[in-house]
Amino acid sequence: MTTKTIAGKTVQVNEEGFMTAPAEWTKDIAVEIAKEEGIAELTPAHWKVIEFCRQDAAASGKTPTLRRITAGAGVTTKELFALFPKGPAKKVARISGLGKPEGCV
Amino acid sequence: MKKLLILGAGTAGTMVANRLNRLLDSGEWKITIVDQDETHYYQPGFLFLPFGVYNKNDVVKPKRYFMPFGVELIMSPIDVIEPDHNRVKLSDGRVLDYDFLVIATGADIHPEQTPGLAEHEWGQSIHTFYSYEGALALHQKFKTWQGGRLVVNVIDNPIKCPVAPLEFLMLADWYFHERGMRDKVELVYATPLSGAFTKPIASKLLGDILGQKGVKVIPDFMAEHVDPDAKKIVSFDEQEVPYDLLVSIPLNMGAAVVAKSGLGDELNFIPVNKHTFLSDKFSNIFVLGDAAGIPTSKAGSVAHFAVDTFGENFVRYSEGLELLPIFDGHANCFIESGYGKGVLIDFNYDTEPLPGRYPLPGVGPFTLLQESEANHWGKLMFRWMYWNILLKGQELPLPSLMSMAGKWAK
Ligand SMILES: Cc1cc2nc3c(=O)[nH]c(=O)nc-3n(C[C@H](O)[C@H](O)[C@H](O)COP(=O)(O)OP(=O)(O)OC[C@H]3O[C@@H](n4cnc5c(N)ncnc54)[C@H](O)[C@@H]3O)c2cc1C
Repeated sequence: MTTKTIAGKTVQVNEEGFMTAPAEWTKDIAVEIAKEEGIAELTPAHWKVIEFCRQDAAASGKTPTLRRITAGAGVTTKELFALFPKGPAKKVARISGLGKPEGCV
Repeated sequence: MKKLLILGAGTAGTMVANRLNRLLDSGEWKITIVDQDETHYYQPGFLFLPFGVYNKNDVVKPKRYFMPFGVELIMSPIDVIEPDHNRVKLSDGRVLDYDFLVIATGADIHPEQTPGLAEHEWGQSIHTFYSYEGALALHQKFKTWQGGRLVVNVIDNPIKCPVAPLEFLMLADWYFHERGMRDKVELVYATPLSGAFTKPIASKLLGDILGQKGVKVIPDFMAEHVDPDAKKIVSFDEQEVPYDLLVSIPLNMGAAVVAKSGLGDELNFIPVNKHTFLSDKFSNIFVLGDAAGIPTSKAGSVAHFAVDTFGENFVRYSEGLELLPIFDGHANCFIESGYGKGVLIDFNYDTEPLPGRYPLPGVGPFTLLQESEANHWGKLMFRWMYWNILLKGQELPLPSLMSMAGKWAK
């Protein structure tokens, strides 16, 4: 376990760069990680997905998978790929300060 | 009499029936198990069928052979589970009630979920080895195939045995070499993961082995549809991968009966406690094997370690004691890599696969994350152990919890 300073705040991250304490997350951190992931600006469409993921993870204790996001946040998989190019589930998880989604085992 | 009902007599259901039949008092317990299919398939053997390494007889046996005396086996499709009433309805009209329920209905492939996949080219230029029929059809295909671009594609995770697609590619490298046509075959692996495997160190090492064998990896490829006429797979972000022969690992989903009973997630896997297998919602329902929504590999070896910890825990629980949170997600997979060699990985919820040695008194050590002949023999030995030891719920000479002995930690 290591720490990293993002948007002026020191947070805990794992070896793959996922935050491990969701409570340390802030919206500024999201903006900063999004930039690292190549997303210059977070639009309302991005925030809708991020907020769904934060709420879902808080309720279930698990990072939502791609399928859960599309079912729950009302976006299509195609739109998710347009918003968070390449691996959307993983990218959203990182930006939302959550662990890697569990589908990946 | 207390009633224990087990749904599904595959790897996990059969093992748990045998184990609990031994542990529970037959004067107090009635154990019943239900399945729709008379035949038990050794699914790890499907990998070897296309290459003619195994034949039909190596991978099928009647389910009845593995049921102990005292366990009632009912052959019927399960129609619906009604957990609020502690009962299960079968398609043949029977209604079974229970005190405790173990769901072990597994996972299966769903090619119909991907447009273009299971249409007119299915069985022609599009194949799978993730089913018995599929693996046999691919064997026929290989007999006359003249070569070209062979693409292996995983539609989405989780899949049963996440290393099987890699093994398939490595065996293909060997097989086409043996047939003197390796230069006519291009091997490509298109995966939704960002590398060859899920966990970082194994992903790098397995990726290197694939590279040495001339397999091209296309990462972050999430297929949206297949264009069977233009012979290409198209991703959600509009990348295209052309093929001559597509070997697909279609979407894996839990059983339809799970969805119908309102017990599953988006993919019909059932949320349970990852250390005890107890349902999140019902205090007398457990889920074992691939049907469970837990963050470890869907593999027979995992089911075996799971049953090892579950048996005694269940006895405690049925006597009114608390469940102990003992299962650690242990997975142990021999990866066949061709030319009579194999790789072994061993990991759990907290520790990713690491290189090193896996000590096993008498037979080992096996090399971890590195090719060796011993690992190949380990893989072949697994089939014998499966039919003769595992299914009967007996102990293997392997610890059910992961050990760090021999592993090279950072
Ligand atoms: C190609 C391939 C390679 C593999 N390689 C390996 C390997 O090398 N090592 C390893 O450890 N694992 C491997 N596996 C995975 C392993 O086979 C599975 O994880 C294991 O069989 C899971 O056991 P299970 O009991 O959960 O499910 P299954 O064994 O699939 O059993 C489920 C049972 O439920 C029954 N069922 C489902 N729905 C109903 C219903 N509605 N009514 C009645 N019956 C129903 C089915 O008929 C079936 O018998 C591989 C799998 C595949 C496909």
